[in-house]
Amino acid sequence: MEIKVNGQMHTVDVDPDTPVLWVLRDHLNLVGTKFGCGIAQCGACTIHLDGNAIRSCSLPIGQVQGEITTIEGLSENGDHPVQEAWKSLDVPQCGYCQAGQMMTASAFLEKNPNPTDEEIRNVMHGNICRCATYNRIEKAVRLAADNS
Amino acid sequence: MKTISTNVSRRGFMKRSALAGGGLLIGFNLFEACKPTAEPPIDLASLDYSEFNAFIEIAENGAVTIYSPNPEIGQGVKTSMPMIIAEELEVPWDMVLVKQGVLDNVNYTRQVAGGSQSIRHGWDALRKTGATARQMLVNAAAAQWNVDASRCTAEQGVVKHLDSDQELGYGALVNAAAKLEIPEEVSLKSPAEYKIIGKDAINVDLDHIVTGKPLFGLDYKAEGMRIASVKRPPAFGLKLKSFDAKQAEGVQGVEEVLQFGDKIAVIAKDTYTAMKAKNMIKAEYEEGTPLESSSDHSAELDKILNGKKFEVKREDGNVEKAFAEADQVIERTYSSPFLPHNCMEPMNFYADVTEDKVHLVGPIQTPAWTANRVATLLKRKPEDIHLEMTRMGGGFGRRLYGDFALEAAEVSSLAKKPVKVVFSREDDMEDGIYRMAIKYRIKAGIKDGKLTAYHLKEAAVNSNMYDLIPNFFPAGAIENYKVETGNYQSNITTGAWRAPYTNFLASAEQSFFDELAEAMGQDPIEMRMQLLDKVKNNEAANVEYSAERMQKVIEMAVEKSGWGKKEKGIYQGFVNYYCHNTHVAEVADVEVVNGRAELKKITCVVDCGIVINPTGAKNQVEGGVIDGIGHSMYGDFGFDKGAPLANNFDRYRLIRMREAPKVEVHFIENELSPTGLGEPALPPAGGALANALYAVSGKRLYSQPFVDHPEAFIPQSKPVIG
Repeated sequence: MEIKVNGQMHTVDVDPDTPVLWVLRDHLNLVGTKFGCGIAQCGACTIHLDGNAIRSCSLPIGQVQGEITTIEGLSENGDHPVQEAWKSLDVPQCGYCQAGQMMTASAFLEKNPNPTDEEIRNVMHGNICRCATYNRIEKAVRLAADNS
Repeated sequence: MKTISTNVSRRGFMKRSALAGGGLLIGFNLFEACKPTAEPPIDLASLDYSEFNAFIEIAENGAVTIYSPNPEIGQGVKTSMPMIIAEELEVPWDMVLVKQGVLDNVNYTRQVAGGSQSIRHGWDALRKTGATARQMLVNAAAAQWNVDASRCTAEQGVVKHLDSDQELGYGALVNAAAKLEIPEEVSLKSPAEYKIIGKDAINVDLDHIVTGKPLFGLDYKAEGMRIASVKRPPAFGLKLKSFDAKQAEGVQGVEEVLQFGDKIAVIAKDTYTAMKAKNMIKAEYEEGTPLESSSDHSAELDKILNGKKFEVKREDGNVEKAFAEADQVIERTYSSPFLPHNCMEPMNFYADVTEDKVHLVGPIQTPAWTANRVATLLKRKPEDIHLEMTRMGGGFGRRLYGDFALEAAEVSSLAKKPVKVVFSREDDMEDGIYRMAIKYRIKAGIKDGKLTAYHLKEAAVNSNMYDLIPNFFPAGAIENYKVETGNYQSNITTGAWRAPYTNFLASAEQSFFDELAEAMGQDPIEMRMQLLDKVKNNEAANVEYSAERMQKVIEMAVEKSGWGKKEKGIYQGFVNYYCHNTHVAEVADVEVVNGRAELKKITCVVDCGIVINPTGAKNQVEGGVIDGIGHSMYGDFGFDKGAPLANNFDRYRLIRMREAPKVEVHFIENELSPTGLGEPALPPAGGALANALYAVSGKRLYSQPFVDHPEAFIPQSKPVIG
């Protein structure tokens, strides 16, 4: 199977039903994309497929048409406005869900650079944070929008 | 400069050595009960943490590395504990690199994340360690200049002579300092002198988190590592009878299917293959112990509450006599279901069991205990076990238990391969060690408008929450006071869940208080302040909390939340609590939106003594409050004939962004030693919401989850308060 991730083509020897999540984590060594539920309910595995936020745990590699971006490819130096906002507000506690949160937020802001607070809350509603850093996530999305 | 002298060498918890490549290494045992006799290594690669559980390394270029000892589950100790050392060492925080200590072994007492105690227990030892290193550097400079050490000071990584312009950086002094004895006495700073403590320091792993670098157990990889997916009995009480794994074994990439006890492990080259093949195993089970349902548990807990088999935890006066003499007696029963932990990172652990050694890597809250259990399981010597901790994607108590590490060790031992056991979300939720289902029955007597008797009975599955906390509020405030506990023994596995003793108790009691205040015609704040006054005037109160500190958090919460002064349409609920040595008060603000009550905000005031890292501390409180609200609102877990009724987030609801209130956090400023913070904001939060909802709807909430009681969210035509 062939797959383009963060600008690079890769060939992997897996079944076409293998979710992109596990291709990234186990075969391409890109472990920033996290496993949370496996059924597209928690958002920990969120990646971009041609710029759209998508749950990689429920996306078989055989169905992928387009380019994938993961948290490792969101920016070259960790300085995407979303990453900068996450750092300046010290958002994470355990940190496990945050890559998925940032991938959801960055895809959203690309399409809607001036969101209302309600739009931010609605789009981030799909990503669970068990440490409940929701106040800071909301503020960080707002900050990233204001700074970009 | 106001300093406090403290004797260090008597404690015998520190050793120093010169590093092979130049520089100073101080090994110390954070928890003074330990008496290490060994020298720390002179070669960094051989840091084995068997005698010391933490190290400070100062290189010849002045760079400082602190190896942080305690497990990081998101509570922030990997940042805050090194901050305390750096403060006393007197180095700029941005010059400090923090690394996670490896550790395991049997020689230390408290390398545990649990009970919100890392900072409370480490406070003195961490400060003395930093101060000792600073003093050795000062002594080295004084010797070199041939001057009196008391005429030298250390400031931001540089030692200066007060009577001349001589100065030397730490890096230039480390090799000389490494040869000096550990000083007998060191001085500690006074809080007014702090430069790092009390200032925001962002999470030391933040850069790695936001760029997706490997940090967690699930991210760990080793040469030749296989993945094991384990099929466990689908219900509590079932035993494995037989299984057919032919189809699973035929999947490309599956190497082996093996049975251990009632479990079957599929070992494969990658995670997806292992999980997919596991689901193809056809297994038959038989009943080993009774298959219990939630209705059975509920009935058993009622039977306990209605019966007489209790253990008395505290008894003051005579509650029965007081009830007989009371003008009014109020009795209410509160119930809460089982709760799974649902750490976002499912349970996992790596094990490589060979003839030489046992190498374990993963997310664990109890490294020492787990390493010893693995040694016992595999019949190995404790020193054969080498355990490395990774960052944890949440803990909440679940990673105290180490069952997953034992599984990994057993599977690796049988397969003779390095193996990582990985739980799916379904495995994680179905094979949990749950917060037990609980019921409280609380009875109060009121006479002449005063609370004269209070009797609390707890019935819980397996073990009681109340066991260790008989002297918590309102003990000591009511003349006739009694707490009793009873339990029902079930085959459902239960254990600690964030704020284990109080996570439902506080919510229930604080709701009951609201009802009592109403019955007595008192403002809920006034009632609590009067009860606390009674504790202050009662020399025999025998309580663990401080009535003075409790009153201060209440007063500040009243002020910051605008209690009783809110505009029309905002309904408030009040709670206060003490646990993990910390006092909190919370006010919930509920608003009616489109005809339904919505929680908008919680104001939380905390007295946890000195706040080490305000940004991290606030994050803990914000998360703790929302966690408490989330589980009160939605947490609902039960069983049908031993089988869990939910196993993933489609049927188990966790709080999400739109449901999360804004949390406004205030800390009481004082110079008292720091106390627990990872847990104390959680337990009473549900009570604050319940009390605010009563103000809206006039409906009291007696059972969680609250979402099952839609009537409590609908305003009555004439609101009770507001």
